[in-house]
Amino acid sequence: MPDTTLSGSALLTNAVGLHARPSVKLTQLAKRFAASVELALEPGGPWVDAKSPVRVMRVKAPKGTTLHFRTSGGDAAAALAALVGLVERRFDEDAEEIAGEPGDERETV
Amino acid sequence: MSERRYSGRAASPGIALGELVVVAGRPAPAERRGAAERPLDAAALHAAIAAARAELEALAGRARGDGADILGFQIALLDDPALAEPALAEIARGRPADEAWSAALRAEAEGYEASADEHFRARAADLLDVQDRVLGHLTGDRGAGDVPPGAVVAAADLAPSRFLAIDWSRGGALALTGGSAASHVAMLARSRGVPALVGLDAPLGELGPRRAALLDASRGLLVVEPGPAERERYERERTRLAGERAAAEVHAARPAATRDGTPVRVLLNVSDPGELEHLDPAVCDGVGLVRTELLFHGGALPGEEEQLAAYRRVVEWARGRPVTLRTLDAGGDKPIPGLTPEGESNPFLGVRGIRLSLARPDVFRVQLRALARAAVLGDVKVMLPMVGSPRELARARALLDEEVASLAAAGVAARRPPLGMMVEVPAAAIAADLFDAEFYSIGSNDLTQYVAAAGRDVDALAELADPAQPAVLRLVRRVAEVGAARGVEVSLCGDAGGDPQVVPLLLAAGIRALSVAPPLVGRVKQSIAGVDLRELGGSPWGPAWPI
Repeated sequence: MPDTTLSGSALLTNAVGLHARPSVKLTQLAKRFAASVELALEPGGPWVDAKSPVRVMRVKAPKGTTLHFRTSGGDAAAALAALVGLVERRFDEDAEEIAGEPGDERETV
Repeated sequence: MSERRYSGRAASPGIALGELVVVAGRPAPAERRGAAERPLDAAALHAAIAAARAELEALAGRARGDGADILGFQIALLDDPALAEPALAEIARGRPADEAWSAALRAEAEGYEASADEHFRARAADLLDVQDRVLGHLTGDRGAGDVPPGAVVAAADLAPSRFLAIDWSRGGALALTGGSAASHVAMLARSRGVPALVGLDAPLGELGPRRAALLDASRGLLVVEPGPAERERYERERTRLAGERAAAEVHAARPAATRDGTPVRVLLNVSDPGELEHLDPAVCDGVGLVRTELLFHGGALPGEEEQLAAYRRVVEWARGRPVTLRTLDAGGDKPIPGLTPEGESNPFLGVRGIRLSLARPDVFRVQLRALARAAVLGDVKVMLPMVGSPRELARARALLDEEVASLAAAGVAARRPPLGMMVEVPAAAIAADLFDAEFYSIGSNDLTQYVAAAGRDVDALAELADPAQPAVLRLVRRVAEVGAARGVEVSLCGDAGGDPQVVPLLLAAGIRALSVAPPLVGRVKQSIAGVDLRELGGSPWGPAWPI
């Protein structure tokens, strides 16, 4: 089966950006999927393995950046939806969750 | 079990009673060379990572809230094969695992520190924590967290960073089977007022845990499971020492002067800002030496902001009094994994002090920037360690001027602090007049070991490494004369300045400023007050050489 690569993005709006706690949450979530999951600060990459907290931390994405995701293989669609959703919900860090419908090629405001 | 006694040599005065804790101290690099080394290969690194991870899991089980989150983050990092990847690549190229691991983690931490976002910069500390924990397992160290406060710590030897990681606020003592009174850990023990013995004849493996131990430095004795007579003696001795301390306190509160009225400035040597807590700056004329290589617990220097914060603590504590910050003096018996060269045949004659800083301008420039920024906060001076040639002084000065100019261009508040030098290399003492430093501070410990060719870590040569010998005192006098002729300040910041036997000789040699460990201030002022310079006319060690 040819690998379809899906992509999506979400704006980091949590207070501290993609730092220790959010990185751990994000990588733990990514690891639940068989699909390959990568993230980047630009739509064209460079891409890093979203299952590696070390590599995700190296990205040093501050608040206000748009995170781009790229998934492929197996449960790629579910993985993409879950990750975009986590970022949009501000990593469930605060009470006020931002509702959003994750989907392909979706840009949040 | 009954009372057992072991003897050693006093390296720091005092008496203490506490739980005996045997620590497998990290061997100094010099000792590690000859000893049968444990393999420092990839398998060792994997095992150390697994052990560190298990330890963190146990800690995380007890922690909650932010503490648990921080530990969770550290565990996630250790779980990630990407963390050890650069280290494993270096090990495959033949680098020892401890060195490869330190270098890899430091590079990772520097990546965080370079971030514009403070949240990322703050996480560098987690990486260094992870680095240390794994290193501890690699080199067979017991974690300092295992040492309860107030313990009598027994070890073969102890790295300065490990000493600093132990909580000494509730007393305790140090008993080393190796070590020497002139080593840095002994110096730290004196500056913290922790009683210490070196060269102890005790079999560490047989001492056993959870026993009471009494350490009496004045008798050079470690008593395991002391009986009633020893305990009684302990109580008496403690009361007597408290009385002595109270008498010295009276002196500490006044400015120091000799009996004939010559004022002498008494400053402090500081290795850890914790030493200054609960201490009134009025007891001293300033801080004569801040050992920046120990300020960050023996680890590599952190980024510019974190350095500045540490320097700020000392400068603000001094409330306008002068503070002399010494640039990184790593090397010798103060190795910093990944920074100081490994495998030098004689680290004391190796790439240490200013030599290392000039070889690593990337590290040195960051420190110079932090120092120049600290200089606007008070009366800050900067001092270079181990200067042996006027060229080193000139090169360091050029780098400092460049960084001051670059800070000014960027609109960052900074000032060019006076730049002075330690005089501890005989070449610098003999030809002091050729070094156009803005002040001199004599490092009597290193000067003595280099003049006498007797290593400060070799206890068997303690007699040769005597700072009161004529050869050393002549050099001290020479530097004092050069300082007077050039109109620049001369102070002395080695252990000799805190020794009541040596203080009169130093004053007679022309020294008028002594920088000593905080607990010694009272005693030093007391011994200064007992000196009459008019009676010390004829010098007992012969004339200094003509300038």
